[in-house]
Amino acid sequence: MSGPLLDPRTAPSFPKAAHNLLRDAQLRKNVHHATSVIQNKRARVVAELGDWEQLRLAGERIREHTMTHLDAYLEQFEMNCTRAGGVVHWARDAEEARQIVVRLAKEAIAAEQRESPSPAEILKIKSMTTEEIGLNGALEAAGIRPYETDLAELIIQLGRDKPSHIVVPALHKNRQQIHEIFQREMHLPDLGHSPEDLAEAARLFLREKFLRVPTAVSGANFLIAETGGVCIVESEGNGRMCLTLPRTLITVAGIDKVIPRFRDLEVFLQLLPRSATGERMNPYNSIWTGVYENDGPRAFHVVLMDNARTSVLADREGRQTLNCIRCGACQNICPVYRETGGHAYGSVYAGPIGAILTPQLQQMQHARSLPYASSLCGACYEVCPVRINIPEILVHLRHKVVKHDTKGLGALRPEALAMKIMSHIFQSESRFRAAQRLARTADRPLARKDKSGESWIHWLPGMLGGWTQSRDLQALPSQTFREWWEKRDRAAQPKPTSAKGDQHAR
Amino acid sequence: MTSLGDPLRISLFITCYNDTLFPATGQAVVRVLERLGHTVDFPAGQTCCGQMHVNTGYWDEALPMIPRFVEQFRNSEAVVVPSSSCVAHMREHYPAMARQLEATGKYSGLAAEVEALLPRVYEFSELLTKRLGITDLGSIFPHRVTYHASCHGLRSLQLGDGPTSLLRSVNDIDLAPLPGLEQCCGFGGTFAIKNADVSSAMLDEKLDAVLSTKAEIVTACDNSCLMHINGGLHRRGCNVRTMHIAEILAGEEEAR
Repeated sequence: MSGPLLDPRTAPSFPKAAHNLLRDAQLRKNVHHATSVIQNKRARVVAELGDWEQLRLAGERIREHTMTHLDAYLEQFEMNCTRAGGVVHWARDAEEARQIVVRLAKEAIAAEQRESPSPAEILKIKSMTTEEIGLNGALEAAGIRPYETDLAELIIQLGRDKPSHIVVPALHKNRQQIHEIFQREMHLPDLGHSPEDLAEAARLFLREKFLRVPTAVSGANFLIAETGGVCIVESEGNGRMCLTLPRTLITVAGIDKVIPRFRDLEVFLQLLPRSATGERMNPYNSIWTGVYENDGPRAFHVVLMDNARTSVLADREGRQTLNCIRCGACQNICPVYRETGGHAYGSVYAGPIGAILTPQLQQMQHARSLPYASSLCGACYEVCPVRINIPEILVHLRHKVVKHDTKGLGALRPEALAMKIMSHIFQSESRFRAAQRLARTADRPLARKDKSGESWIHWLPGMLGGWTQSRDLQALPSQTFREWWEKRDRAAQPKPTSAKGDQHAR
Repeated sequence: MTSLGDPLRISLFITCYNDTLFPATGQAVVRVLERLGHTVDFPAGQTCCGQMHVNTGYWDEALPMIPRFVEQFRNSEAVVVPSSSCVAHMREHYPAMARQLEATGKYSGLAAEVEALLPRVYEFSELLTKRLGITDLGSIFPHRVTYHASCHGLRSLQLGDGPTSLLRSVNDIDLAPLPGLEQCCGFGGTFAIKNADVSSAMLDEKLDAVLSTKAEIVTACDNSCLMHINGGLHRRGCNVRTMHIAEILAGEEEAR
């Protein structure tokens, strides 16, 4: 039932994937429309708050403090969660996390089946962490059928598709496409086209599962160290159903999700909804602590997963990536993401945050094109609610990619050679002058006069050809600035106001 | 014309690509500053700030540019750079790069020199508005112009309303606001080549916005964006042209 995986190990490089996706006019229209709507809503509700910048600073400081003392806060969470009746499990990597969840799910289902015959099924609340580890595939392989209950995740699951956004996973689909999926997969030949019709179909489809399936898997927005509580915010109420109706609840969370105190939610429950969906507050804010007699799940498990987060933590420059609270604002504002959508990134974490998170969670060779999937325009940094300097981390990761790729014979790659040569040129005035003269000679054969008599280049060889696929390049002027300056200097002190160079009309 | 304080000796850091590709920009910077009564010098040993290397991941190859820059400009009263992205790069990376170099033991005192020099380094429009307090240059430019806020100028240097206020003061100018002002044109240095398809898609949006203004000229504080926009306009066969803000502010006569 689960669709193809977004796996950086097998995904094509970003430029290749983007090349194909850019031809999908419908997808681009959908992504453009959806990101514009959310972006504008966000801007409106952020502008309402006079202390937004102070909130961002507070968010950044709390996250930085937490990451500096992560070990202590995780142990505190474990202690308090256990005391409240929860069971904490530790997973080193994705494989371990999958094994633990599958085992817990099997045990819960077996216990249910001892009481009454029931199929092996579980409910799921939207969770990018379970997407990160490909949990649905592992459950299916173990004979357990997962039901996604978030509307967007349901669309993805029924359409055998892949999530393209961390908050709005089906953002690349429009209403017509969703209608087709529901009609086909829910066997509803007479399904209407209005949003109400589609919502009602999903409601009827899901409600029956909520009432029948007694085991659920969730992610977490925040783990509260001080109380051992877990917090999830959502908009549809499916989360509340999954957190309260089942008898067994299994939560999978990255170790980066911990916050120190309950009162820190004051900051994050303002930053997150405004940044994520442009809402002042999420319609559903659930916080639960352990288990209670006759109220909610009888068994509660938390799987705390590392999966390379500690190695991110060990990198001084990259560390702030872990401060992310998964709001997706950087995706909505990113001019690159807005052209390609999320699938181009070959990872469940797309957009600017994906471009820095994925290469750090994976071995670099599997995601080396992602740090380059940005024009470094800085819009992501500007909207990030916890002030992660994404452009700076992109540059840091590019440096790592280069160091990795230029080892040994890699130093002979054309780009590496060109960069080395240019660095050598820039270290000497005379070499720089010679290079300028050479460039002027070299571009002559490529230049053609246009109607107005200007010389332009329409084709460039090799890797420079990327430029001329959509842009012309004006031929080099006959004189560099420094040549003009020297001539002017040599002339007998001309009056400054009469100084006229040979204008390079553009 | 208004100018704060005494005439300055201003050193021009033209940057490698302006030197090679856009000499008219440097000439305009000289003209504007001399018209204001300042002295301009041009340290001949200057080459490149290293932005392209760093932004492409070649951090180590950019390191030698820092001691060279300091050597050329350490005695300058003020340094003017007609490129917002180069200034942004220098402010964002030079301190860390200088510390790294100094840690090798070969560049004693470099970090302190960089810290002392950087506050005297100004992007061109920033020098006029923030250092010299200029509000009106008395320039003439009788054309319809739209201003593109380069990402580095907008977000990193926080130029804000500075460049547009200078443009508004130009006589006979017809200034048209550019829709989607905060959106990147898709240049991004080597991004334009490494991700040519996405870069081109971003450029298409920018070109549509430019054409919607019916402007004859697109201007900016950064010729790298303008080279990108101009290349796209020429490929589309449009007559709209690009011009660095210094060339507009230098305008005393009919521009071509």
